[in-house]
Amino acid sequence: MQAEQVEISNFLSQYRPFDELTTEARDALAQSIEIAYFRAGTEILHFRDTIEDLYIVRSGSVEVFRRNGELHNRLDEGGIFGQMGLLMNGKVRFPVTALDDTLVYCIPDEMFKHYCAEYDDFADYFEADDVGILRSTVSRSVELSDLTTVKVKTILTRSPVTASPDWTVQEAARHMGEEDVSFLLICTTDVQSGKNVLNLVGVLTEDHLRHSIVAEGMPLTTLISEVMSTDYKVLDSNDYMFEAMLMMLRFNQKHLPVMNRQEPIGALTLSDILRHESQSSLLFVKGIFAQQTVKDLTVYAKQLPAVYVRMVNEDANSHMIGTAMAVIGRSIKQHLLTLAEEVFGPPPVPYCFLALGSMARDEQLLITDQDNALLFDNDYRAEEHEAYFIKLAKFVSDGLAACGYTYCTGDIMATNPQWRKTFTEWQECFAGWIDNPDPQALLNCSIFFDLDGVYGEIKLADTLKAFVAQHAKSNPRFLASLARTALNRTPPLGFFKNFVMEPDGRHGQSINLKRRGTAPLSDVIRVHALAVGSSSQNSFDRLDDVIEAGILPDGKGRELSDALEYISMVRIRHQAQDVEQGEPPDNTINPKYLSTFEKRNLREAFQILDKAQQFLKYRYTAQTSLK
Amino acid sequence: MSDYESNVPSPLAWPNYYAAQSKRCKDARLKAFFDAGVVDPQTPLNEVPFLAMDFETTGLDPREHGIVSVGMVPFTLSRIRCRNASHFIVKPRQTLLPKSVTIHGITHSDVKSAPDLDEVLHDVLPMLAKQVVVVHYRHIERDFLNLALLTRIQEEMFFPVIDTMLLEEQILQKQRSVVASLLGQRSTLSLRLPDIRERYGLPRYNLHHALTDALATAELLQAQIAHHFDDKTPISQLWC
Repeated sequence: MQAEQVEISNFLSQYRPFDELTTEARDALAQSIEIAYFRAGTEILHFRDTIEDLYIVRSGSVEVFRRNGELHNRLDEGGIFGQMGLLMNGKVRFPVTALDDTLVYCIPDEMFKHYCAEYDDFADYFEADDVGILRSTVSRSVELSDLTTVKVKTILTRSPVTASPDWTVQEAARHMGEEDVSFLLICTTDVQSGKNVLNLVGVLTEDHLRHSIVAEGMPLTTLISEVMSTDYKVLDSNDYMFEAMLMMLRFNQKHLPVMNRQEPIGALTLSDILRHESQSSLLFVKGIFAQQTVKDLTVYAKQLPAVYVRMVNEDANSHMIGTAMAVIGRSIKQHLLTLAEEVFGPPPVPYCFLALGSMARDEQLLITDQDNALLFDNDYRAEEHEAYFIKLAKFVSDGLAACGYTYCTGDIMATNPQWRKTFTEWQECFAGWIDNPDPQALLNCSIFFDLDGVYGEIKLADTLKAFVAQHAKSNPRFLASLARTALNRTPPLGFFKNFVMEPDGRHGQSINLKRRGTAPLSDVIRVHALAVGSSSQNSFDRLDDVIEAGILPDGKGRELSDALEYISMVRIRHQAQDVEQGEPPDNTINPKYLSTFEKRNLREAFQILDKAQQFLKYRYTAQTSLK
Repeated sequence: MSDYESNVPSPLAWPNYYAAQSKRCKDARLKAFFDAGVVDPQTPLNEVPFLAMDFETTGLDPREHGIVSVGMVPFTLSRIRCRNASHFIVKPRQTLLPKSVTIHGITHSDVKSAPDLDEVLHDVLPMLAKQVVVVHYRHIERDFLNLALLTRIQEEMFFPVIDTMLLEEQILQKQRSVVASLLGQRSTLSLRLPDIRERYGLPRYNLHHALTDALATAELLQAQIAHHFDDKTPISQLWC
């Protein structure tokens, strides 16, 4: 009796590591195989279930997930999965789902182990290929568990910086400067059983000071108690890092007082967490400032994609990644400006270098062009000073291009004389856009409504931001025009098979997730934010202001934030995959490479965007037509 | 097509047929087969022990042609177990025609030293016992085996089979529009094993090796059930 599985053996001979086995060994393996069929969409391996076989995809394709549900890998004919579970503890570590109708060959555990022991090449394959993965997975779970096992109190580095509610804001600002913090715990002192005990009554941030003094013009003698926030979240010293992170993201509070019983013992800031979460990006920023020349800097910047991929693999969310990339971009600009000032001498008048668009919003990803502008002190005289700033702008712009930030196709750059203005000129320019909104002009310049000071006299930029927020809020015609431009880019309906379904019935081969997803979402959010007088720039921050102002129906703000987060993450992950595969990252995705899960969620996100655009139309344009 | 179809018991009569045969049979090997009984007709599909079976023959007519090889692969809905598969080459009592040799590749010298089917019955019949046999096109395996036994031991042997070809025909029939059904239009989709397999996303195999064909049939049934049936369906709804 001979029961040679010719087909199976032939199949195995085409794929590593089976191709290196002798024919006899391969035939014997083929005879031990078990076969199973899975319909598209069915689960093949469930996380933590017992696993007894090594799996080989015979036909069809499967998706391998991380335990947090993120796609880890996609395999087709000849792809092997399940080895991690077999090598570790006999439990499924990476759940697997059939992407198409799939036939799998299963090699029983004992055969797999027997062949690993018997045939070195066979074992080496899993060594080389997978123990690397194994190791990274283990170290990864250590990293992950860092956030889940490290308590907040262990990373507090200094005792709390406090102030009394009866100090003036001027005293508070001076104290912040001296202590080099952006955040004060406002406390009264009680005496309990003979001891002084701190009693937290409020928090004061730089933003509070800026808002009250700069924006509202309150006197410097105003008491802290009048401007501090009494509505804030606190952490317990025994909370874990991930809880702190979630709380910051959830309540958009960049600083959290840490309490031990009733007493504040310190404060945790977003940067503490970012430092903890992605060491790599922080070290990278430090390295930027260590580069001596533009050439060194451009060489150094080539690591940026790798830093990005690492952050994605560390499970950072889009807010963290966007912020980290913006911080990096900003640092490169700052360093270029320092280098420029070394070459051309100190600036003849105070100025501020402005970031516009995604960098200003802290939503920068890997592929981004440089949108920037210059803001001068009102003492600027073109005939005397222009030559200096032409050189400066060109130096920075060329340097950025060399570092991978492409020139802005719309020429919104400091090298363009049109975008070099004094404070008063910028004020007039914004006032013009706001008072006489021309939809065509707004199309190109809505980017200016995301604006942030990067280098130089930052306060000039902050004052300009406050002016814009104040001025835009009270101008319904402007909001209507901006709302109309926010409707220019629409989302697709969803996906059908491997095509993008358009509202007019057309099928597209690919989709630009920025143009059709995140950008229109940011546009919608910007209109609402300007309508409520928010001076925040980040879309998530803006949404929080919008939600607080109560102009959206219940739950809609949260929906928008989820949609933005989801589309951003798909975009981010696909860019990271491009980098990992050695391809130039972009924003365009072929639906073929989206999992069913991603397609379903994206479709939902697109629907949220579509509804939000309808609402925008009704909310802003309808109002003006009544006038 | 077959004269023997009329002799085959109706789907629910199998337990009675087996009981009667076990009393009637003289041959010990066949008696043991019927003694083992038939799978309970109410058994849900996901608990049924299946056996995919394929014969290569000298031709298509069971009265004129004989069996040259037998491939058998046991399986369940969740797993096909190659480890327990068997393959026999047997010497037919009929002439091996060049035409059939080109199909299955089993040559005169292969069969020359091979045993007669009678000599391997003690290996084959226990594998069939208490299994639901799965074939692609029921008129080959069941009819050839029955006639081979009638010739050799003068006893009859029928057993319930699932015919993946018939099953596919019924599935296609159900999927067709009501109008098409009323007009009596038949589906134009091919019922050949490789063509059906392709529609289910199954790989292309080099067919006409009894073992490979049995494997291909087993995989096909897994796919058909995964797509069209609840795995709790009683087996009697599918066998014939």
